[in-house]
Amino acid sequence: MAYFPASMPKPTPNFDDRDFWNTCTKRQLRFQTCADCGEPRHPPGPVCPYCSSFKVRWAEVEGAAVLYTYTVIHHASHEAVAGNLPYVVGVVTFPDLPNVRMVTNVTNINPSLVHIGMHLRLWWDDVGDGTWIPRFSPVDKLPA
Amino acid sequence: MSNRRVAYIAGVGQTEFKRHGGIMDRSQFQVAAEAVLAALADAGMTPADVDGFASFSNDANEAALMQVALGVPQLRWMSMVWGGGGGGSCAAIAQAAAAIQAGYAHTVVVYRGLCQGQSRRFGRFGEGRTHGNFVHPYGLFAPAQMLALQIRRHMYLHPQIHEEHLGMIAVNSRANANRNPHAIMYGKPMTLEDYFKTRYIAEPLRLFDCCLESDGGCAIVVTTESRARDAPTTLVRILAAGHGSGPGWGSGPLGSQNMPDADYGSTNSRLIARELYASAGVSPEDIDTAQIYDHFSGMVLMALEEYGFCDLGGSGEFVAQGNIAWKTGKLPINTSGGQLSEAYVHGMNVAIEGVRQMRGQSTSQVDDARLCLITGGLGVSPTSALIIGRD
Repeated sequence: MAYFPASMPKPTPNFDDRDFWNTCTKRQLRFQTCADCGEPRHPPGPVCPYCSSFKVRWAEVEGAAVLYTYTVIHHASHEAVAGNLPYVVGVVTFPDLPNVRMVTNVTNINPSLVHIGMHLRLWWDDVGDGTWIPRFSPVDKLPA
Repeated sequence: MSNRRVAYIAGVGQTEFKRHGGIMDRSQFQVAAEAVLAALADAGMTPADVDGFASFSNDANEAALMQVALGVPQLRWMSMVWGGGGGGSCAAIAQAAAAIQAGYAHTVVVYRGLCQGQSRRFGRFGEGRTHGNFVHPYGLFAPAQMLALQIRRHMYLHPQIHEEHLGMIAVNSRANANRNPHAIMYGKPMTLEDYFKTRYIAEPLRLFDCCLESDGGCAIVVTTESRARDAPTTLVRILAAGHGSGPGWGSGPLGSQNMPDADYGSTNSRLIARELYASAGVSPEDIDTAQIYDHFSGMVLMALEEYGFCDLGGSGEFVAQGNIAWKTGKLPINTSGGQLSEAYVHGMNVAIEGVRQMRGQSTSQVDDARLCLITGGLGVSPTSALIIGRD
């Protein structure tokens, strides 16, 4: 069972981010990194904001993350989430990628217990059509 | 002051303000045109006096068609500020001022017409958001949810700011709206106790921490000093105007939240604030009233800090001490009720209230107000601001 219903908007990959989503289909979380200066960046884009290089490589993260900020959402701005209220949207950081922050969900926890600085672990949500979405949960509460 | 040309605001105009979907008897374009004509009438002008139009946020009411509709004989300036939602409101006024100062045009009308029932509600999921791939699959759909992330981070770094302080921003706006018969929330007073009874939308934001979703039109006439002197209205000078952004904000709050760490819990205004005061030759203590873009209460708290009215992290205490209250506080803010309680016309109604303060025409008039700070949408890219003053 996917975390949200099937009517939830899915990513529609474009020129800049299709490599990100393609690696997600293999359940690998990789971030774009400049092949010249080595600085990672997110969201993916065509040119390095630090050295103007167009050369990219992709750096994989292991799945450990720290919660940078979050909000508990109580209002359905799209009908797909009405049955999930309240749910937690978080922004996470990764130990070795200082410039990268990713929006995700914090799942498998009572929203009132979510706090900035908590350690989280990646899990992959199969939303169908070969699309996998990276979401996070407390380290000791990974979904089966 | 150098001898460069200076831009003045000679006219302001607006239509009625209604809740989203409240104006369905005529087109959004007509609403925008009515606001333009109202602003021109206020300035003692007609469309024949206009030679420029400026707007922002991809306003669908195109300047070329506005020229046709109003029969403007010659346009010399048409500008549109990219992106940013309401972040471009003061930016459009800044571009109008730039056109006047550089001599490209002599009278530029800045306008915004917004009928959400004829387009879409801003507080809902919308297709086509840049970087939507990195927010929509997680249920991050609306600005309230996105900016709640920044507000939460700011409150974490500055734990002396409490939810009660968010509520004080909302209650202050409501009190001002209840003196303004044009406000959508006129006749609907609210106490802090009432505020705490309302539901969360996206923590820490409750319903009344979020701006209204409105229909209405607003326009402002920016012109040369000599034309402003011919107008029947009080001389209101644009002392400084600016727009722009720090790095990383274009894909920031409404995208993937990758603005710099040092700036994350901010309104993206630190750079512009410094330059604005320097350009105007004034400091925060000189400002008599501020009209701060209040899409969400927490962003107003952060703006009070970034525009130098209090220390970083000190906004909660500043507000709790009564400093923003009309008319006893030292910096009454959002005196028409702002976008939390007057109307949400993408910041243009907030700017008009600043002009009313300088003219002595506000329903919450600050005694002898001579200088006003006005901001555009906060925490987005671009953001923008003005300092205006009574000559």
